[in-house]
Amino acid sequence: MESRNTHLAVGMFVILGIVAMLFLGLRAANTSAVTTGETYKIFAKFDNIGGLKERSPVKVGGVVVGRVSAISLDGAYYEPLVEMTISKRYSEFSDTSSVSILTSGLLGEQYIGLNPGFIDDTVEMLGDGDFIYDTKSALVLEDLIGQFLFGQGND
Amino acid sequence: MFDRIAALGKTVLDTVAGAGAALIMLVRALIGRPNLRKSWPLLMQQMYSLGVLSLLIIIISGLFIGMVLGLQGYTILVDFGAEQSLGQMVALSLLRELGPVVTALLFAGRAGSALTAEIGLMKATEQLSSLEMMAVDPLRRVVSPRFWAGFYSMPILATIFSAVGIYGGYLVGVQWLGVDDGAFWSVMQSSVEWQEDILNGLIKSIVFAFVVTWIALYKGYNCTPTSVGISRATTSTVVTASLAVLGLDFVLTALMFG
Repeated sequence: MESRNTHLAVGMFVILGIVAMLFLGLRAANTSAVTTGETYKIFAKFDNIGGLKERSPVKVGGVVVGRVSAISLDGAYYEPLVEMTISKRYSEFSDTSSVSILTSGLLGEQYIGLNPGFIDDTVEMLGDGDFIYDTKSALVLEDLIGQFLFGQGND
Repeated sequence: MFDRIAALGKTVLDTVAGAGAALIMLVRALIGRPNLRKSWPLLMQQMYSLGVLSLLIIIISGLFIGMVLGLQGYTILVDFGAEQSLGQMVALSLLRELGPVVTALLFAGRAGSALTAEIGLMKATEQLSSLEMMAVDPLRRVVSPRFWAGFYSMPILATIFSAVGIYGGYLVGVQWLGVDDGAFWSVMQSSVEWQEDILNGLIKSIVFAFVVTWIALYKGYNCTPTSVGISRATTSTVVTASLAVLGLDFVLTALMFG
């Protein structure tokens, strides 16, 4: 009987641990299905990616549709190439879409804003491995100040 | 002059020999064909005394640490009008640092010292030698189930600690100080990542479990079999294990988040 009570207590202990793990996993952690379900990849080249990082979100109108999965330099001119993993739920972006690197708030993290393009009979939809050509780079504060000062000097 | 150098040499040799002996003890206790039918009840017994009996202190400290984090975080964040980030602050500090580390320190104090004293007394009363006389390997019979029980219990305890702590932060932040309920959880969810935070915290507590249990068992198995020796070994377990946990925590944090 002694040993059965011990087993019962240890079993309860393990169950409590599993419940705590589930609580942490489901209640505290990010469980949105974006990038855990089926995904496809699209690419974009920028002149400057600023503070963009891997795992930064890709948003359409503030809604997260995917994440940045890789950042590398590409081609003979060493242009930053950003690989984005987008959820298959949002698979109907036309190839006239544009991407820009934005900042959330004044001091926040940088993310990619995707603006869906127009759709008519002549445009095609973006598929796995396609490029978005219409890109806007990140705003770099030092460049802005430089341009401002330079502009002041010309007047 | 030469005496000093000789003393230094002796210290170094003792340290190295101690580390070697600890490793040999661990390897001999763990390697070998496990006999599930015999070792399962032993493991259960130890899981009960190391894990289940530590539950109360873990839950209560987790609750209070979470509540203090909620209170302190609120008074700082409210100055910036950022009190909605309270959930993020509480969850990340618990999952990444406080959960594994405080659990390991409490475990070293609550269960590690008991392990050392128990095995030390077994040695002093020559129970270990009697086991050997009866052709029962004390490493397999006494040390091994205790090691595995500590190794399995502590990650579970750390998980419970973090979960209870987050609930404590919720109690103070949302129920008492009036942070918005939805914002508390949604900010937390958008910042806590499975792999980055929860999994890394779990890895930390597994490493701490290994180190704390190992130190406690070795200190007990290797103590001087007198009452003074057992008392020294118990103290040394708590001190060494706590220092090892804090030092390793820095290394692990640097590797994971650095």
